[in-house]
Amino acid sequence: MSLFRNIVFTAVVAGLLSGLLLTAMQSFSTIPLIMEAETFEGAGDPVAAGEGLSAAQPSVPAALEVEEEAWMPADGAERLIYTAGANMLAGIGFGLVLLSIAEALGGIRGWRRGLLLGIASFVTVSLAPGLGLPPELPGMPAAELGPRQVWWMASVVSTGLALGLLAYTRSAGLAALAIVLLIAPHLVGAPLPVSHDTAVPHELHARFVNAVYATNLVFWAVLGASAALLRERFRSGEDVVVANSDRVAVP
Amino acid sequence: MQIDDPRVEGERTRSMTTKSASNVAVTSTSRTLSLSMSALLGLFVVGFVGFSHMDVVHNAAHDSRHSLAFPCH
Repeated sequence: MSLFRNIVFTAVVAGLLSGLLLTAMQSFSTIPLIMEAETFEGAGDPVAAGEGLSAAQPSVPAALEVEEEAWMPADGAERLIYTAGANMLAGIGFGLVLLSIAEALGGIRGWRRGLLLGIASFVTVSLAPGLGLPPELPGMPAAELGPRQVWWMASVVSTGLALGLLAYTRSAGLAALAIVLLIAPHLVGAPLPVSHDTAVPHELHARFVNAVYATNLVFWAVLGASAALLRERFRSGEDVVVANSDRVAVP
Repeated sequence: MQIDDPRVEGERTRSMTTKSASNVAVTSTSRTLSLSMSALLGLFVVGFVGFSHMDVVHNAAHDSRHSLAFPCH
């Protein structure tokens, strides 16, 4: 299973790299805004602690209500290290999926193609679900977690399929299907909170949304381009037939 | 997850040494299997980081989840 091993290795290196870069960018963009928002979260504020959150989350499982009891990293270096770990794991996981799909569709040769796939992934994984569920700050009201996660996943799958159809097929019928798939999640609509009242200033949220999209765009671009570059390096032991066709395709 | 399935490994080795048409088909089956496994592993990792309802995982990945625009809280 050298193909599996090579893809895992490529995804791990590209994920570590892009996850570290993402953490560096977040440390001066999104994380300070999250910290600032947390000062508004449940600090005796009637809107955030009262009707806003409780009305929006009527049936949050008891497990989530006691989350203050559960372990959490201490503020400062420890918290940043766990954030870096989560970012790198996310980079590895996204890299694995990106590489697997790209390989199934004929390979990811050259950084330019990797960059395009990375940007397409940004549209699929960040931008499209963000149209319905904008990046949230702590303390902001939101609908129940489960339905939001389901809608997020559905919109990612739907958008990904649509972009794949547009990029890899040529028939007008399939292009029409792609457009339907692009729009469908937004016609259905993301689960929304009962009330949008929050103590978190709108200006803070606007800055956070911008920071999330900017950092994620760079993250995905670097993940895609580095995965493509590394994929070319790590092909050892792969099947002869595949290796030969690869060599022909590389200029 | 059977990463080192000896049966598949054997098939792949055979397809490398003899390049008959039937073995090319075996290669493509093994390829599909490899890609499915790597994609599933990736989905599992993303699911763990971004979607796990376990409090400890949520708290550890909190800032990352918010900054990657995963649904959180």
